[in-house]
Amino acid sequence: MSDVIAAGRTPFEALNGLSMPGLSAAPDRTRYILRGRAGILAPVAEVLGFALPTDACRATGSDQRHALWLGPDEWLLLSPAGDRLDKALAFAIGDVAHSVVEVSHRQVGIVLDRPDAAAVLSVGCALDLDLAAFPVGMCTRTMFAKTEIVLWRTGENVFQIEVWRSFADYLWRYLVLAGAEFA
Amino acid sequence: MLVITCPYCGPRPEIEFAHGGEAHIARPQDPSSLGVEDWTEFLYMRANPKGLHAERWRHLHGCARFFNALRDTTTDQFVATYRTGEPRPDLAAVKA
Repeated sequence: MSDVIAAGRTPFEALNGLSMPGLSAAPDRTRYILRGRAGILAPVAEVLGFALPTDACRATGSDQRHALWLGPDEWLLLSPAGDRLDKALAFAIGDVAHSVVEVSHRQVGIVLDRPDAAAVLSVGCALDLDLAAFPVGMCTRTMFAKTEIVLWRTGENVFQIEVWRSFADYLWRYLVLAGAEFA
Repeated sequence: MLVITCPYCGPRPEIEFAHGGEAHIARPQDPSSLGVEDWTEFLYMRANPKGLHAERWRHLHGCARFFNALRDTTTDQFVATYRTGEPRPDLAAVKA
């Protein structure tokens, strides 16, 4: 697996171009799982340049970096490939109990951007994806068919999906099948 | 599909949750001084009521946090959910 990642290969190459309008692989990212209690909020905000979301299932961010609320003491940090944050975070947080784990290669990003994106996702996801129940800026771990995903709405019809890389092929094929229902 | 209200995330589909057994079972303070009978009681004996049951649940595919729920074992209805560490809600207050 590590040689596959080192070669810059993605799980999508084996799909031989199988795709549908609006479905694309997200650009390469650096990802961290940050865990800690209230004491880490201030130092982390200084490193990131914005405050971590403390409201349930919400994301905050700047142009480049984003923090997604996953749990009351757990966040997913997304930044452009190569934007390493671990040392700066550890230095800023200091002795306050916390954990920063890099998961850049554990998961991959998929973008679904099409007018019926919510309907396509609803084929495999039991959440209410109406704009009132799942507004822009909301993010959450959830299930899509048989795989766990992080679902993040970045626009009315734009969803970012983070999925463990070995499930990416399955998720991609499922989304293409789901999209076929609305073709 | 059941909709279960996570105390952190709000109402969510049941496929995101995992059951965690009976709630409010405190581990003995000094296990080594416990007799076999008492240890068995702690490890294995559960209330198994017909009706309201306080249970631990985990929002496994959501915020991944444990919480407690009052569920009616006959109707499968979730009467109340509350965070770990909070006391079991008053029955009369729940029904009101």
